[in-house]
Amino acid sequence: MTRKLVTVTAGMSNPSSTRLLADRLTAAAEEAMVERDEKVEARVVELREVAHDIMNAMTTRVPTGELPGVLSDIADADGIIAVTPVFNASYSGLFKSFFDVIEPGTLDGTPVLIAATGGSPRHSLVLEHALRPMFSYARSVVVPTGVYAASEDWGAGDGGGRELSERIDRAARQLAILATEHTSDKVDPYEEPTSFADLMSGLGT
Amino acid sequence: MQFGIFSVSDVTTDPTTGRTPTEHERIKAMVAIAVKAEEVGLDVFASGEHHNRPFVASSPTTMLGYVAAQTEKLILSTSTTLITTNDPVKIAEDFSMLQHLADGRVDVMMGRGNTGPVYPWFGKDIRQGIPLALENYNLLHRLWREDVVDWEGKFRTPLQGFTSTPRPLDEVPPFVWHGSIRSPEIAEQAAYYGDGFFHNNIFWPATHTRKLISLYRRRFEHYGHGGADQAIVGLGGQVFMRKNSQDAVKEFRPYFDNAPVYGGGPSLEEFTRETPLTVGSPQEVIDRTLGFREMFGDYQRQLFLMDHAGLPLKTVLEQLDLLGEEVVPVLRKEFAAMKPAHVPDAPTHASLLAAKEQAATKTEETR
Repeated sequence: MTRKLVTVTAGMSNPSSTRLLADRLTAAAEEAMVERDEKVEARVVELREVAHDIMNAMTTRVPTGELPGVLSDIADADGIIAVTPVFNASYSGLFKSFFDVIEPGTLDGTPVLIAATGGSPRHSLVLEHALRPMFSYARSVVVPTGVYAASEDWGAGDGGGRELSERIDRAARQLAILATEHTSDKVDPYEEPTSFADLMSGLGT
Repeated sequence: MQFGIFSVSDVTTDPTTGRTPTEHERIKAMVAIAVKAEEVGLDVFASGEHHNRPFVASSPTTMLGYVAAQTEKLILSTSTTLITTNDPVKIAEDFSMLQHLADGRVDVMMGRGNTGPVYPWFGKDIRQGIPLALENYNLLHRLWREDVVDWEGKFRTPLQGFTSTPRPLDEVPPFVWHGSIRSPEIAEQAAYYGDGFFHNNIFWPATHTRKLISLYRRRFEHYGHGGADQAIVGLGGQVFMRKNSQDAVKEFRPYFDNAPVYGGGPSLEEFTRETPLTVGSPQEVIDRTLGFREMFGDYQRQLFLMDHAGLPLKTVLEQLDLLGEEVVPVLRKEFAAMKPAHVPDAPTHASLLAAKEQAATKTEETR
């Protein structure tokens, strides 16, 4: 079967280091999934392209433009790669807003790889204090390895970027294992509603 | 098919003049709008129920009783009656009373209310919204149909040998619509009872509305009330019209841009593309509304939101003239021509009474 991989990147400029990291993670995850004999359909979503639509959905709940398509791809994803720049010691507002307009329950059980970029390694724990709790709240399955890339990780540091590459591969392999085994037991309440008798159980009649 | 208007009763500053109507002015304006609805040939006026500012409609049956006295044909309804925070005993009595005063021109739309803080003002908890709606309506349904009710439940004191008074007019309870914008449980509830289902689709893309309506239709058939295409569906809509489309857009834009419900969000153009809001000529409103039938099937009731966002009364009355003179007559004809014979109209007091008498005659004959 074909596995769906959706990468969400909240970089502000184009190209951005966030997008670079997102692309490397996507490529590594695709490769790891192909190694596991799975076909992969990958999509990278630049949140800045749907930024206005996200705000429209936030203020009126009406998803405009390309946003409905993005939301349905997220709902169908076997794996998600979520990459944000660090703003004010946390994920960017746009990144958070995007996940705020997703229907509750959508990410239930979905494997997620978390990643962030920043100008300084001092913010690397943003993965653990901001991103991981948010996805845990959404009941996603967050892979153990998160990937944080500071300026020095792009090659200027001691390891010449090798350590970042290793982390990317490790995180991608972990995501690939979960994504290739991902099954959704989500019940669409509009397709299979709770019967009236069950709804009334315990209530006065 | 029934056409009408529904009001949320908001007191909103007119952004073009900076003037805010008083509560008294707004309440009187709602009455004038309801009376006008009958004058221009509409079938239904529905009032919302709210207990928080900036809304004034906290007591819909009081207002509807007053409107009943000034009208002759108009069906008086709600959009919605809070089945969660109102005591079902009082709903049973208020609407039976209204039925008698209005000679049966009454139906009611149940809704939950989505403002958390309102619930505790009435001793309730929004986290119990769905169970409250289910249990309270079940009791209400019995109170209107059984002379003497013994009842015990989770959310109110038990009843022993209770008779709600007055009894429904001609022993025919008001027809009930269940309004919900996103809850499959409410579509299921409406389907179980064979009641109507109203989707106030004005803030929703058609794909979402269709999911909920198809669910209701499917389950209506499942519970044996008829075919899925015979289920009783109502839809919302919001329009602003002028003869020329550009004039409508120009005049409505400041209201759209400043309205508490959409201001700061999508542009008027985006919003009209994604939701039923139509700002343009009467013909555009006709085309858009006919499109609802293609998306959701033959339906029985179309309610328009006309008096909101600070639009002055004079403008609203002009809008109702356009709706009554240029839009609804065309829609009536077009919808009627397309509706298959086996698809029923929305039940009214007269049709429910006739059905009841027919059933009684049949029972008599088989004896």
